[in-house]
Amino acid sequence: MRWVNVRPNRRSATALGAVPLLLALIAYLFASAARHAANASDKVLPTPAAMVAAMRSLLLDADPLSGQVIFWADTAASLERLGLGLGICTLSALLVGMVLGVLPAARSTFGAFVTTIAVIPPIALLPILFIVFGLGETAKVALIVIGITPFMIRDIADHVASLPQEQLIKAQTLGASSWQLALRVALPQALPRLISGLRLSLGPAWVYLISAEAIASDVGLGYRIFLVRRYLSMDIIIPYVAWISILAIAMDFALKQLSRRAFVWAHQSHR
Amino acid sequence: MSDLLAFDNVWLEYGDKIVLERVDLTIAERSFVSIVGPSGAGKSSFLRLVLGQEAPSRGRILLDGKQLAAECGPDRGVVFQRYSVFPHLTVLRNVMFARECAAARLTARLFGAARRRAAEEAEAMLAEVGLDDSLHLFPAQLSGGMQQRLAIAQALIARPRVLLLDEPFGALDPGIRQDMHRLILRLWDEHALTVLMVTHDITEAFKLGTRVLAFDKRRIDPHAPHRFGATAVYDLMLKNKLPLETPEASVTSITIDRFRNNNQE
Repeated sequence: MRWVNVRPNRRSATALGAVPLLLALIAYLFASAARHAANASDKVLPTPAAMVAAMRSLLLDADPLSGQVIFWADTAASLERLGLGLGICTLSALLVGMVLGVLPAARSTFGAFVTTIAVIPPIALLPILFIVFGLGETAKVALIVIGITPFMIRDIADHVASLPQEQLIKAQTLGASSWQLALRVALPQALPRLISGLRLSLGPAWVYLISAEAIASDVGLGYRIFLVRRYLSMDIIIPYVAWISILAIAMDFALKQLSRRAFVWAHQSHR
Repeated sequence: MSDLLAFDNVWLEYGDKIVLERVDLTIAERSFVSIVGPSGAGKSSFLRLVLGQEAPSRGRILLDGKQLAAECGPDRGVVFQRYSVFPHLTVLRNVMFARECAAARLTARLFGAARRRAAEEAEAMLAEVGLDDSLHLFPAQLSGGMQQRLAIAQALIARPRVLLLDEPFGALDPGIRQDMHRLILRLWDEHALTVLMVTHDITEAFKLGTRVLAFDKRRIDPHAPHRFGATAVYDLMLKNKLPLETPEASVTSITIDRFRNNNQE
Protein backbone atom coordinates (compact mmCIF):
# COMPACT_ATOMS: atom_id res chain seq x y z
CA MET A 1 0.00 0.00 0.00
CA ARG A 2 1.21 3.50 -0.81
CA TRP A 3 2.07 5.83 2.06
CA VAL A 4 -0.41 8.43 0.80
CA ASN A 5 -3.24 5.92 1.34
CA VAL A 6 -2.39 5.06 4.92
CA ARG A 7 -5.19 6.69 6.89
CA PRO A 8 -5.29 6.18 10.65
CA ASN A 9 -8.74 5.58 12.16
CA ARG A 10 -10.03 7.72 15.01
CA ARG A 11 -8.49 5.81 17.85
CA SER A 12 -5.07 5.34 16.29
CA ALA A 13 -5.11 9.00 15.20
CA THR A 14 -5.50 10.02 18.86
CA ALA A 15 -2.72 7.65 19.87
CA LEU A 16 -0.45 8.94 17.09
CA GLY A 17 -1.18 12.53 18.09
CA ALA A 18 -0.08 11.80 21.67
CA VAL A 19 3.28 10.33 20.60
CA PRO A 20 5.16 13.62 19.87
CA LEU A 21 3.82 15.16 23.09
CA LEU A 22 5.00 12.19 25.14
CA LEU A 23 8.37 12.16 23.36
CA ALA A 24 8.89 15.85 24.13
CA LEU A 25 8.00 15.23 27.76
CA ILE A 26 10.38 12.27 28.02
CA ALA A 27 13.16 14.24 26.31
CA TYR A 28 12.68 17.03 28.84
CA LEU A 29 12.81 14.60 31.77
CA PHE A 30 16.06 13.07 30.49
CA ALA A 31 17.65 16.46 29.84
CA SER A 32 16.57 17.71 33.26
CA ALA A 33 17.91 14.58 34.98
CA ALA A 34 21.23 14.89 33.10
CA ARG A 35 21.67 18.54 34.14
CA HIS A 36 20.83 17.76 37.74
CA ALA A 37 23.32 14.87 37.74
CA ALA A 38 26.02 17.39 36.73
CA ASN A 39 24.82 20.19 39.03
CA ALA A 40 22.29 19.43 41.78
CA SER A 41 21.22 23.11 42.06
CA ASP A 42 20.53 23.61 38.32
CA LYS A 43 17.74 26.19 37.70
CA VAL A 44 17.41 26.05 33.89
CA LEU A 45 15.63 22.69 33.54
CA PRO A 46 13.84 22.12 36.87
CA THR A 47 12.59 18.63 37.70
CA PRO A 48 8.83 18.03 38.02
CA ALA A 49 9.25 17.73 41.80
CA ALA A 50 10.87 21.18 41.91
CA MET A 51 8.00 22.64 39.85
CA VAL A 52 5.39 21.13 42.19
CA ALA A 53 7.23 22.53 45.19
CA ALA A 54 7.53 26.01 43.66
CA MET A 55 3.89 26.12 42.51
CA ARG A 56 2.48 24.78 45.77
CA SER A 57 2.58 28.10 47.61
CA LEU A 58 1.38 30.07 44.57
CA LEU A 59 -1.56 27.69 44.21
CA LEU A 60 -2.56 27.23 47.82
CA ASP A 61 -1.33 30.05 50.07
CA ALA A 62 -2.71 33.58 50.12
CA ASP A 63 -0.19 36.31 49.36
CA PRO A 64 0.47 38.20 52.65
CA LEU A 65 0.43 41.58 50.82
CA SER A 66 -2.77 41.29 48.77
CA GLY A 67 -4.53 38.49 50.65
CA GLN A 68 -5.18 36.65 47.35
CA VAL A 69 -3.88 33.33 46.08
CA ILE A 70 -1.39 34.52 43.47
CA PHE A 71 -1.92 31.87 40.78
CA TRP A 72 -5.70 32.24 40.71
CA ALA A 73 -5.51 36.05 40.94
CA ASP A 74 -3.17 36.05 37.94
CA THR A 75 -5.46 33.74 35.99
CA ALA A 76 -8.58 35.77 36.78
CA ALA A 77 -6.92 39.07 35.87
CA SER A 78 -5.57 37.75 32.56
CA LEU A 79 -8.82 36.04 31.58
CA GLU A 80 -10.80 39.17 32.39
CA ARG A 81 -8.59 41.30 30.12
CA LEU A 82 -8.67 38.69 27.39
CA GLY A 83 -12.44 38.22 27.65
CA LEU A 84 -13.15 41.95 27.56
CA GLY A 85 -10.81 42.45 24.62
CA LEU A 86 -12.16 39.54 22.61
CA GLY A 87 -15.77 40.48 23.42
CA ILE A 88 -15.32 44.04 22.18
CA CYS A 89 -13.47 42.74 19.10
CA THR A 90 -16.15 40.23 18.23
CA LEU A 91 -19.05 42.65 18.54
CA SER A 92 -17.38 45.49 16.65
CA ALA A 93 -16.00 43.15 13.96
CA LEU A 94 -19.46 41.69 13.41
CA LEU A 95 -21.08 45.11 13.19
CA VAL A 96 -18.49 46.80 10.97
CA GLY A 97 -17.77 43.66 8.94
CA MET A 98 -21.47 43.20 8.14
CA VAL A 99 -21.88 46.83 7.05
CA LEU A 100 -18.77 46.64 4.85
CA GLY A 101 -19.75 43.26 3.44
CA VAL A 102 -23.36 44.03 2.65
CA LEU A 103 -23.11 47.62 1.36
CA PRO A 104 -20.76 48.15 -1.60
CA ALA A 105 -20.82 51.91 -0.94
CA ALA A 106 -19.57 51.40 2.63
CA ARG A 107 -16.88 49.06 1.30
CA SER A 108 -15.68 51.70 -1.15
CA THR A 109 -15.64 54.34 1.58
CA PHE A 110 -14.04 52.47 4.49
CA GLY A 111 -12.36 49.40 2.96
CA ALA A 112 -9.01 51.12 2.32
CA PHE A 113 -9.15 52.75 5.76
CA VAL A 114 -9.57 49.40 7.53
CA THR A 115 -6.77 47.89 5.44
CA THR A 116 -4.48 50.78 6.42
CA ILE A 117 -5.25 50.35 10.11
CA ALA A 118 -4.67 46.62 9.79
CA VAL A 119 -1.07 46.99 8.58
CA ILE A 120 0.02 49.06 11.61
CA PRO A 121 1.88 46.71 14.00
CA PRO A 122 -0.25 46.88 17.18
CA ILE A 123 2.72 46.57 19.54
CA ALA A 124 4.11 49.78 18.00
CA LEU A 125 0.93 51.48 19.21
CA LEU A 126 1.36 50.26 22.78
CA PRO A 127 3.29 53.39 23.95
CA ILE A 128 0.52 55.56 22.51
CA LEU A 129 -2.09 53.47 24.33
CA PHE A 130 -0.20 53.81 27.61
CA ILE A 131 0.04 57.59 27.10
CA VAL A 132 -3.63 57.94 26.17
CA PHE A 133 -5.23 55.43 28.54
CA GLY A 134 -2.68 55.34 31.35
CA LEU A 135 -1.14 52.17 32.74
CA GLY A 136 -4.44 50.65 33.93
CA GLU A 137 -6.66 47.95 32.47
CA THR A 138 -7.97 50.07 29.58
CA ALA A 139 -4.65 50.17 27.73
CA LYS A 140 -4.22 46.39 27.93
CA VAL A 141 -7.73 45.68 26.68
CA ALA A 142 -7.30 48.35 24.00
CA LEU A 143 -4.14 46.65 22.71
CA ILE A 144 -6.00 43.36 22.21
CA VAL A 145 -8.88 45.18 20.52
CA ILE A 146 -6.64 47.17 18.20
CA GLY A 147 -4.52 44.16 17.42
CA ILE A 148 -7.31 41.84 16.37
CA THR A 149 -10.35 43.83 15.27
CA PRO A 150 -9.02 44.95 11.85
CA PHE A 151 -8.23 41.36 10.88
CA MET A 152 -11.64 40.14 11.99
CA ILE A 153 -13.45 43.01 10.27
CA ARG A 154 -11.71 42.21 7.00
CA ASP A 155 -12.41 38.51 7.41
CA ILE A 156 -16.14 39.04 7.97
CA ALA A 157 -16.44 41.73 5.29
CA ASP A 158 -14.69 39.53 2.69
CA HIS A 159 -16.78 36.52 3.64
CA VAL A 160 -20.07 38.40 3.40
CA ALA A 161 -19.06 40.13 0.18
CA SER A 162 -18.18 36.79 -1.40
CA LEU A 163 -21.54 35.15 -0.69
CA PRO A 164 -22.82 33.91 -4.06
CA GLN A 165 -24.43 36.75 -6.00
CA GLU A 166 -27.23 34.32 -6.90
CA GLN A 167 -28.30 34.13 -3.25
CA LEU A 168 -28.55 37.88 -2.89
CA ILE A 169 -30.49 38.20 -6.15
CA LYS A 170 -32.78 35.39 -5.11
CA ALA A 171 -33.50 37.05 -1.75
CA GLN A 172 -34.39 40.27 -3.54
CA THR A 173 -36.76 38.49 -5.91
CA LEU A 174 -38.40 37.07 -2.78
CA GLY A 175 -39.05 40.63 -1.62
CA ALA A 176 -36.22 41.13 0.88
CA SER A 177 -35.18 44.71 1.66
CA SER A 178 -31.53 45.64 2.34
CA TRP A 179 -32.15 45.26 6.07
CA GLN A 180 -33.91 41.90 5.69
CA LEU A 181 -31.16 40.70 3.38
CA ALA A 182 -28.53 41.62 5.96
CA LEU A 183 -30.50 40.14 8.85
CA ARG A 184 -31.73 36.90 7.33
CA VAL A 185 -29.20 36.02 4.61
CA ALA A 186 -25.85 37.65 5.44
CA LEU A 187 -25.80 37.64 9.26
CA PRO A 188 -26.53 33.92 9.81
CA GLN A 189 -23.86 32.99 7.28
CA ALA A 190 -21.36 35.41 8.87
CA LEU A 191 -21.69 33.94 12.37
CA PRO A 192 -19.81 30.62 11.85
CA ARG A 193 -17.12 32.61 10.06
CA LEU A 194 -16.98 34.99 13.04
CA ILE A 195 -16.31 32.07 15.37
CA SER A 196 -13.60 30.63 13.15
CA GLY A 197 -12.05 34.11 12.88
CA LEU A 198 -12.14 34.38 16.65
CA ARG A 199 -10.44 31.00 16.98
CA LEU A 200 -7.66 32.14 14.65
CA SER A 201 -7.35 35.38 16.65
CA LEU A 202 -6.86 33.64 19.99
CA GLY A 203 -3.10 33.21 19.38
CA PRO A 204 -2.41 36.88 18.59
CA ALA A 205 -4.75 37.92 21.44
CA TRP A 206 -2.59 36.03 23.96
CA VAL A 207 0.55 37.61 22.48
CA TYR A 208 -0.85 41.11 22.92
CA LEU A 209 -2.14 40.33 26.42
CA ILE A 210 1.19 38.99 27.65
CA SER A 211 3.13 41.84 26.02
CA ALA A 212 0.94 44.42 27.69
CA GLU A 213 1.16 42.63 31.05
CA ALA A 214 4.94 42.26 30.76
CA ILE A 215 5.44 45.99 30.32
CA ALA A 216 3.13 47.52 32.90
CA SER A 217 1.02 45.51 35.33
CA ASP A 218 0.89 44.27 38.91
CA VAL A 219 -1.06 41.06 38.38
CA GLY A 220 -1.60 38.61 35.52
CA LEU A 221 -0.07 35.50 33.99
CA GLY A 222 2.23 37.48 31.70
CA TYR A 223 3.27 39.81 34.51
CA ARG A 224 4.20 36.85 36.76
CA ILE A 225 6.33 35.14 34.10
CA PHE A 226 8.31 38.32 33.43
CA LEU A 227 8.60 39.05 37.15
CA VAL A 228 10.08 35.67 38.17
CA ARG A 229 12.39 35.71 35.12
CA ARG A 230 14.59 38.02 37.20
CA TYR A 231 15.21 35.15 39.65
CA LEU A 232 15.64 32.59 36.84
CA SER A 233 12.61 30.76 38.28
CA MET A 234 12.05 28.28 35.48
CA ASP A 235 10.15 26.14 38.01
CA ILE A 236 7.39 28.78 37.94
CA ILE A 237 7.70 29.95 34.33
CA ILE A 238 7.26 26.46 32.83
CA PRO A 239 4.04 25.60 34.75
CA TYR A 240 2.65 29.05 33.90
CA VAL A 241 3.38 28.58 30.20
CA ALA A 242 1.78 25.12 30.33
CA TRP A 243 -1.28 26.63 32.05
CA ILE A 244 -1.56 29.34 29.38
CA SER A 245 -1.43 26.65 26.68
CA ILE A 246 -4.15 24.64 28.43
CA LEU A 247 -6.37 27.73 28.70
CA ALA A 248 -5.81 28.52 25.00
CA ILE A 249 -6.61 24.95 23.93
CA ALA A 250 -9.74 24.91 26.12
CA MET A 251 -11.01 28.18 24.63
CA ASP A 252 -10.37 26.96 21.10
CA PHE A 253 -12.18 23.69 21.81
CA ALA A 254 -15.14 25.48 23.40
CA LEU A 255 -15.53 27.78 20.39
CA LYS A 256 -15.32 24.83 18.00
CA GLN A 257 -18.04 22.97 19.91
CA LEU A 258 -20.19 26.10 20.05
CA SER A 259 -19.96 26.49 16.29
CA ARG A 260 -20.80 22.81 15.71
CA ARG A 261 -23.83 22.93 17.99
CA ALA A 262 -25.18 26.32 16.92
CA PHE A 263 -24.51 26.13 13.17
CA VAL A 264 -25.17 22.54 12.18
CA TRP A 265 -25.62 23.50 8.53
CA ALA A 266 -22.12 24.99 8.30
CA HIS A 267 -20.43 21.77 9.35
CA GLN A 268 -22.12 19.38 6.95
CA SER A 269 -20.09 18.15 4.03
CA HIS A 270 -21.23 19.92 0.90
CA ARG A 271 -21.98 17.86 -2.16
CA MET B 1 -53.34 36.39 -24.84
CA SER B 2 -52.10 39.76 -23.71
CA ASP B 3 -48.50 40.90 -23.73
CA LEU B 4 -46.85 40.63 -20.37
CA LEU B 5 -43.34 41.74 -21.25
CA ALA B 6 -42.33 44.10 -24.02
CA PHE B 7 -38.82 44.97 -25.20
CA ASP B 8 -38.70 48.23 -27.06
CA ASN B 9 -35.42 48.62 -29.00
CA VAL B 10 -33.32 47.41 -26.06
CA TRP B 11 -29.52 47.72 -26.17
CA LEU B 12 -26.98 46.60 -23.61
CA GLU B 13 -23.50 48.06 -23.90
CA TYR B 14 -20.41 47.99 -21.69
CA GLY B 15 -18.19 50.87 -22.80
CA ASP B 16 -17.69 50.25 -26.53
CA LYS B 17 -18.58 46.56 -26.26
CA ILE B 18 -22.09 45.86 -27.45
CA VAL B 19 -23.68 42.79 -25.93
CA LEU B 20 -27.28 43.11 -27.09
CA GLU B 21 -28.59 45.31 -29.86
CA ARG B 22 -32.06 46.18 -31.14
CA VAL B 23 -33.99 43.63 -29.11
CA ASP B 24 -37.65 44.14 -30.04
CA LEU B 25 -39.88 41.48 -28.58
CA THR B 26 -43.18 41.02 -26.88
CA ILE B 27 -43.82 38.06 -24.67
CA ALA B 28 -47.36 36.92 -24.11
CA GLU B 29 -48.76 35.95 -20.76
CA ARG B 30 -48.78 32.17 -20.11
CA SER B 31 -46.05 31.49 -22.66
CA PHE B 32 -43.03 29.28 -22.03
CA VAL B 33 -40.12 30.89 -23.83
CA SER B 34 -36.91 28.91 -24.31
CA ILE B 35 -33.85 30.99 -25.05
CA VAL B 36 -30.98 29.25 -26.83
CA GLY B 37 -27.80 30.38 -28.51
CA PRO B 38 -24.04 29.92 -28.46
CA SER B 39 -21.97 30.92 -25.43
CA GLY B 40 -21.42 34.66 -25.27
CA ALA B 41 -24.50 35.45 -27.35
CA GLY B 42 -26.09 37.43 -24.56
CA LYS B 43 -28.63 34.86 -23.33
CA SER B 44 -27.74 35.40 -19.70
CA SER B 45 -27.41 39.17 -20.19
CA PHE B 46 -30.92 39.15 -21.59
CA LEU B 47 -32.14 37.31 -18.50
CA ARG B 48 -30.27 39.75 -16.23
CA LEU B 49 -32.07 42.63 -17.94
CA VAL B 50 -35.46 41.06 -17.26
CA LEU B 51 -34.38 40.30 -13.72
CA GLY B 52 -33.44 43.94 -13.17
CA GLN B 53 -29.89 43.03 -12.23
CA GLU B 54 -28.80 45.39 -15.01
CA ALA B 55 -30.45 48.28 -16.80
CA PRO B 56 -30.55 48.51 -20.61
CA SER B 57 -28.25 51.22 -21.94
CA ARG B 58 -30.89 52.16 -24.51
CA GLY B 59 -34.53 51.31 -24.96
CA ARG B 60 -37.22 50.23 -22.52
CA ILE B 61 -38.46 47.03 -20.97
CA LEU B 62 -42.12 47.05 -19.99
CA LEU B 63 -43.74 44.63 -17.57
CA ASP B 64 -47.55 44.90 -17.64
CA GLY B 65 -47.12 48.16 -19.57
CA LYS B 66 -44.99 49.74 -16.85
CA GLN B 67 -41.28 50.40 -17.25
CA LEU B 68 -39.21 47.92 -15.32
CA ALA B 69 -37.17 49.23 -12.40
CA ALA B 70 -33.48 48.31 -12.63
CA GLU B 71 -33.68 46.37 -9.39
CA CYS B 72 -34.85 42.88 -8.61
CA GLY B 73 -38.33 42.68 -7.17
CA PRO B 74 -40.88 40.08 -6.12
CA ASP B 75 -42.74 40.39 -9.44
CA ARG B 76 -39.95 38.33 -11.06
CA GLY B 77 -38.92 34.98 -9.63
CA VAL B 78 -35.67 33.27 -10.54
CA VAL B 79 -33.99 29.88 -10.39
CA PHE B 80 -30.28 29.75 -11.19
CA GLN B 81 -28.22 26.71 -12.07
CA ARG B 82 -26.67 26.75 -8.58
CA TYR B 83 -26.59 28.69 -5.31
CA SER B 84 -30.18 29.86 -5.40
CA VAL B 85 -31.23 28.36 -2.06
CA PHE B 86 -30.08 29.54 1.35
CA PRO B 87 -27.68 26.98 2.87
CA HIS B 88 -28.34 28.07 6.46
CA LEU B 89 -32.11 27.54 6.34
CA THR B 90 -34.01 24.27 6.34
CA VAL B 91 -36.13 23.36 3.34
CA LEU B 92 -39.28 24.63 5.04
CA ARG B 93 -37.68 27.92 6.18
CA ASN B 94 -36.27 28.48 2.69
CA VAL B 95 -39.78 28.43 1.29
CA MET B 96 -41.24 30.51 4.13
CA PHE B 97 -38.63 33.23 3.48
CA ALA B 98 -40.72 35.21 0.98
CA ARG B 99 -43.75 35.22 3.30
CA GLU B 100 -41.63 36.30 6.27
CA CYS B 101 -40.08 39.18 4.31
CA ALA B 102 -43.48 40.37 3.14
CA ALA B 103 -45.20 40.17 6.53
CA ALA B 104 -42.51 41.35 8.97
CA ARG B 105 -40.59 44.34 7.63
CA LEU B 106 -38.34 44.69 10.66
CA THR B 107 -37.61 41.20 11.94
CA ALA B 108 -38.34 39.18 8.77
CA ARG B 109 -39.59 36.50 11.14
CA LEU B 110 -43.12 35.35 11.92
CA PHE B 111 -44.48 34.06 15.20
CA GLY B 112 -47.58 32.26 16.45
CA ALA B 113 -50.56 31.88 14.15
CA ALA B 114 -49.03 33.87 11.29
CA ARG B 115 -46.02 31.57 11.37
CA ARG B 116 -48.21 28.45 11.32
CA ARG B 117 -50.14 29.78 8.33
CA ALA B 118 -46.93 30.54 6.44
CA ALA B 119 -45.56 27.10 7.30
CA GLU B 120 -48.75 25.41 6.07
CA GLU B 121 -48.61 27.33 2.82
CA ALA B 122 -44.94 26.46 2.40
CA GLU B 123 -45.63 22.79 3.12
CA ALA B 124 -48.35 22.73 0.46
CA MET B 125 -45.94 24.28 -2.05
CA LEU B 126 -43.24 21.77 -1.12
CA ALA B 127 -45.71 18.91 -1.52
CA GLU B 128 -46.32 20.10 -5.09
CA VAL B 129 -42.64 19.77 -5.95
CA GLY B 130 -42.33 16.47 -4.06
CA LEU B 131 -40.24 17.64 -1.13
CA ASP B 132 -42.86 17.14 1.59
CA ASP B 133 -40.79 14.52 3.41
CA SER B 134 -37.61 16.64 3.55
CA LEU B 135 -39.00 19.68 5.36
CA HIS B 136 -36.35 19.86 8.05
CA LEU B 137 -33.24 19.00 6.05
CA PHE B 138 -30.63 21.58 5.10
CA PRO B 139 -29.90 22.13 1.39
CA ALA B 140 -26.46 20.50 1.72
CA GLN B 141 -28.27 17.26 2.60
CA LEU B 142 -30.29 17.33 -0.63
CA SER B 143 -29.29 16.02 -4.06
CA GLY B 144 -28.85 18.46 -6.94
CA GLY B 145 -32.32 17.74 -8.33
CA MET B 146 -33.95 18.21 -4.92
CA GLN B 147 -32.14 21.52 -4.46
CA GLN B 148 -33.57 22.73 -7.78
CA ARG B 149 -37.06 21.60 -6.74
CA LEU B 150 -36.59 23.60 -3.58
CA ALA B 151 -35.41 26.64 -5.53
CA ILE B 152 -38.53 26.41 -7.73
CA ALA B 153 -40.89 26.08 -4.75
CA GLN B 154 -39.15 29.00 -3.05
CA ALA B 155 -39.63 31.19 -6.13
CA LEU B 156 -43.24 30.17 -6.79
CA ILE B 157 -44.51 30.94 -3.29
CA ALA B 158 -43.86 34.64 -3.96
CA ARG B 159 -46.35 34.40 -6.89
CA PRO B 160 -44.09 36.07 -9.48
CA ARG B 161 -45.53 37.50 -12.72
CA VAL B 162 -42.61 35.97 -14.63
CA LEU B 163 -40.46 32.99 -13.68
CA LEU B 164 -36.90 33.23 -14.99
CA LEU B 165 -34.87 30.04 -15.26
CA ASP B 166 -31.12 30.33 -15.95
CA GLU B 167 -29.99 26.87 -17.12
CA PRO B 168 -31.89 25.39 -14.18
CA PHE B 169 -31.36 21.75 -15.15
CA GLY B 170 -27.89 22.07 -16.65
CA ALA B 171 -26.08 20.45 -13.73
CA LEU B 172 -28.44 17.47 -13.34
CA ASP B 173 -28.26 13.87 -14.54
CA PRO B 174 -30.32 13.06 -17.66
CA GLY B 175 -32.87 10.91 -15.80
CA ILE B 176 -33.43 13.54 -13.11
CA ARG B 177 -33.65 16.16 -15.82
CA GLN B 178 -36.64 14.40 -17.40
CA ASP B 179 -38.45 14.35 -14.04
CA MET B 180 -37.72 18.04 -13.65
CA HIS B 181 -39.10 18.72 -17.15
CA ARG B 182 -42.35 17.02 -16.18
CA LEU B 183 -42.46 18.98 -12.93
CA ILE B 184 -41.86 22.38 -14.47
CA LEU B 185 -44.47 21.78 -17.20
CA ARG B 186 -47.02 20.73 -14.59
CA LEU B 187 -46.32 23.80 -12.44
CA TRP B 188 -46.41 26.04 -15.52
CA ASP B 189 -49.84 24.70 -16.32
CA GLU B 190 -51.29 24.64 -12.79
CA HIS B 191 -49.98 28.04 -11.69
CA ALA B 192 -50.61 29.74 -15.06
CA LEU B 193 -46.98 30.85 -15.17
CA THR B 194 -45.09 32.84 -17.73
CA VAL B 195 -41.62 31.30 -18.00
CA LEU B 196 -38.40 32.51 -19.61
CA MET B 197 -35.79 29.75 -19.65
CA VAL B 198 -32.20 30.06 -20.82
CA THR B 199 -30.74 26.71 -21.81
CA HIS B 200 -27.79 25.19 -23.62
CA ASP B 201 -29.78 22.12 -24.50
CA ILE B 202 -31.67 22.47 -27.80
CA THR B 203 -33.77 19.35 -27.18
CA GLU B 204 -34.83 20.74 -23.83
CA ALA B 205 -35.73 24.06 -25.46
CA PHE B 206 -38.06 22.36 -27.95
CA LYS B 207 -39.54 19.96 -25.39
CA LEU B 208 -40.60 22.64 -22.94
CA GLY B 209 -41.09 25.85 -24.88
CA THR B 210 -44.16 27.23 -26.59
CA ARG B 211 -41.76 29.61 -28.24
CA VAL B 212 -38.03 29.36 -28.89
CA LEU B 213 -35.81 32.43 -29.18
CA ALA B 214 -32.34 31.91 -30.63
CA PHE B 215 -29.87 34.63 -29.74
CA ASP B 216 -26.85 35.33 -31.92
CA LYS B 217 -25.04 38.15 -33.66
CA ARG B 218 -26.55 39.14 -36.98
CA ARG B 219 -23.25 40.50 -38.28
CA ILE B 220 -19.66 40.03 -37.28
CA ASP B 221 -16.90 42.50 -38.02
CA PRO B 222 -13.73 40.36 -37.93
CA HIS B 223 -11.63 43.40 -36.99
CA ALA B 224 -13.87 44.49 -34.13
CA PRO B 225 -16.03 41.54 -33.05
CA HIS B 226 -17.25 43.41 -29.98
CA ARG B 227 -18.88 46.18 -32.03
CA PHE B 228 -21.89 44.11 -33.03
CA GLY B 229 -24.26 42.85 -30.39
CA ALA B 230 -26.50 39.81 -30.36
CA THR B 231 -30.24 39.80 -30.75
CA ALA B 232 -33.05 37.28 -31.23
CA VAL B 233 -32.19 36.01 -34.72
CA TYR B 234 -34.83 33.27 -34.75
CA ASP B 235 -38.18 33.51 -33.08
CA LEU B 236 -40.17 30.30 -33.44
CA MET B 237 -43.70 29.83 -32.19
CA LEU B 238 -44.22 26.12 -31.59
CA LYS B 239 -47.52 24.41 -32.18
CA ASN B 240 -46.29 20.96 -31.28
CA LYS B 241 -43.70 20.38 -28.63
CA LEU B 242 -41.23 17.53 -28.82
CA PRO B 243 -42.52 14.66 -26.69
CA LEU B 244 -40.98 14.66 -23.22
CA GLU B 245 -39.56 11.18 -23.80
CA THR B 246 -37.33 12.40 -26.66
CA PRO B 247 -33.88 11.16 -25.74
CA GLU B 248 -31.26 13.78 -25.26
CA ALA B 249 -28.75 14.14 -28.05
CA SER B 250 -25.91 13.31 -25.72
CA VAL B 251 -27.40 10.30 -23.96
CA THR B 252 -26.44 7.48 -26.31
CA SER B 253 -23.16 8.84 -27.52
CA ILE B 254 -21.00 11.88 -27.26
CA THR B 255 -20.37 11.87 -31.01
CA ILE B 256 -22.87 12.75 -33.69
CA ASP B 257 -23.53 9.29 -35.00
CA ARG B 258 -26.33 9.33 -37.53
CA PHE B 259 -25.52 5.92 -39.02
CA ARG B 260 -25.20 4.09 -35.71
CA ASN B 261 -21.61 3.12 -36.41
CA ASN B 262 -20.87 2.98 -32.76
CA ASN B 263 -23.51 0.39 -31.90
CA GLN B 264 -21.91 -2.71 -33.39
CA GLU B 265 -23.52 -5.66 -31.66
